[in-house]
Amino acid sequence: MKALVELYAQQFKTTLAMMFQYRASLLIWMIGQVLEPLVYLIVWSVVSEGSGGSVGGYTTSGFAGYFILLMLVNQVTYTWIMYEFEHRIREGILSFALLKPVHPIHSDIADNVSSKLITLPIMIVIAAALAALFQASISPAPWAVAVFIPALLLAFLVRLLLEWTLAQAAFWTTRVGAMNQVYFVMMLFLSGQIAPLTLLPHPLQVVATLLPFRWLINFPVELLLGQLTLAEALIGLGAQVGWLIVSFILFRTIWRAVVRLYSAVGA
Amino acid sequence: MKYLRLLGAFFRVSVIGETAYRVNFFIQLFQSLLNLGMSLGGLAVIFSYADTLGGWRPDEVLALVGVYFLVGGMIGLVIQPGMEQLIESVRTGTLDFTLTKPEDAQLIVSIQRVEIWKLIDIMLGFAVLATALIRLGEKVGGWQAGEFIATLLAGGVIIYSFWLILATLSFWFVRVENILVIFQSVYEAGRWPVSLYPGWLRYGLTFIVPVAFATTVPAEALAGRLNWETLLGSVLLAAALFTISRVFWRVGLRHYSGTSA
Repeated sequence: MKALVELYAQQFKTTLAMMFQYRASLLIWMIGQVLEPLVYLIVWSVVSEGSGGSVGGYTTSGFAGYFILLMLVNQVTYTWIMYEFEHRIREGILSFALLKPVHPIHSDIADNVSSKLITLPIMIVIAAALAALFQASISPAPWAVAVFIPALLLAFLVRLLLEWTLAQAAFWTTRVGAMNQVYFVMMLFLSGQIAPLTLLPHPLQVVATLLPFRWLINFPVELLLGQLTLAEALIGLGAQVGWLIVSFILFRTIWRAVVRLYSAVGA
Repeated sequence: MKYLRLLGAFFRVSVIGETAYRVNFFIQLFQSLLNLGMSLGGLAVIFSYADTLGGWRPDEVLALVGVYFLVGGMIGLVIQPGMEQLIESVRTGTLDFTLTKPEDAQLIVSIQRVEIWKLIDIMLGFAVLATALIRLGEKVGGWQAGEFIATLLAGGVIIYSFWLILATLSFWFVRVENILVIFQSVYEAGRWPVSLYPGWLRYGLTFIVPVAFATTVPAEALAGRLNWETLLGSVLLAAALFTISRVFWRVGLRHYSGTSA
C-alpha cells in the first residue's frame, strides 16, 4: 500500500513536470476538448431557436447546460490509453513496465489523474465562461449533486478499465486505428455527445442503455441537470457498479492472457 | 505541364510504395466510411427535429458535407504529408537535398509526399456532392456551378498557403507540428455552416484559421446564396495569401542554414 502511494506521488511529479514542458500540447488538447461540444451546443441551439425555443424537452439554455456539463464529464472521464498502447507494444516499451513490481495500470491511473488535476481548473473556468455566454440553465436538486460525485467517479473508473482492456487488442494486431475509431464513433453517438440521448431514435436509446456508453457520460450529465428521479438515479448507479464488475473481470482475464502472449526483442 | 509530370512522378512512387500494404486500402475505406456515417447520422438526427438549420436546407448541408470531405481529402492527400515532411526535414537537415534539385523548392516540398489512400475521402466527397446536387436539382445552374468551382479552387489555395505559412515557421521555431494539429481539430468545425456560429467564432474560422473559405463558401455557391462580396473576397484572399506565403517561404529559406552549411 505504501509503495503504491509513493508510486502515485512520484508519477504525479513526473506528469506535472512533463505537462509544463509540453505546454503547447496542452493547448491543442484543450482546443479539441472544448470545440467539439461547443459545435454541437451551437448547432442544437440553432435548431431550438428555429422551432420556437425548445426541442424534445430541451430549451436553448437547456442545451447549453447539457453540452457544457458533457464537456466537463467527458474531460474527467476520458483516457488516451487506446492511442498509446500500440506504440508501447510495438516499440517494446512495455517490457520496462513489466519489470516493475506493480501492475502497469497503476502508473496509467496516476498519470491520468494527475494531468486532470492540472487541467480541470482551466476547464472549469472555460465552462463557467461558456455557461455565462450561452446562458446555460443548470439547477440540480441537492441530492442529485450528492449522487453525482460517486456517479462521476464510477464513470471514470469504468471508462478507464474498459478502454485499458480494449487497448490490449494491440497485442494481436498492429492496426488498432480502425478499431479505436469504431469505439470512438459508438461513444460519440451512444454516450450523448452528438445529441442528448433522449433525442436519438428509440432503438439507439435501447442500445445505449444496454451497452456501457450511456453510463459513462450521459447519465452523470442528466443527473446534474436534474432530469432524473431518485429511483432512476439509483438504477443508474446500479448499472455503473454492474459495469465496473464486468469491466474489472474482463480487465483481469485479458491481461493474464496477453502477458503470456507478449514477447519483445531482447526479452 | 512539367509540374504536372513531376506530380505524376511523386504520385507513382507513392502508389508503388503503398501497393505493398494493400490492406491499408480497406482500413482507410472502413475509416472513411465510418467518418462519413458519423456526419450523415448527425445530420439525420438534427433534421428529424428541424426542417432547416439556420436557413440551410438538408440537401444544402449535405453538399457542405461533400465539400468538407473533398477538401479534407485534398489536405490529407498532399498538403499535410508534404508540410509534415518539410518540418521534419528542416529539423533533421535533409532539406539540403531538396534545395540542390533543379526544380523550384517550394513546388517539390509541396508535392513530395502523396498519401494515396486519401483519394477515398475525395471520392466519397464527390459521391456525397453528386447526391446533394441531384437532390437540389434544377436550382443549381451553370452560374452556380462556375461560382462553386471558383470558390473551391480559391478555398484550396487559401488552405494550401495557410499550411505553407505555418510550416515555414519551422525555419525559426523547430517544433511547429503542434500548430498543424490545431488546424485538424479546428477543421472539424467546418462540417457545419459557419453562419451558425456566434460572431467571435465565425470570425476566427474565417480569418484566423480560414476554414470557412474552403467549406462553407463553396457550399454557399451551390446553394445559390453566395453574394458578390464573398466571391470577390475569396478570390482576392487566395491571391494575397498565395503571394504572402511565397514571399514568406523565400525569407524562411534565407534563414535556413542546413546541416552541412
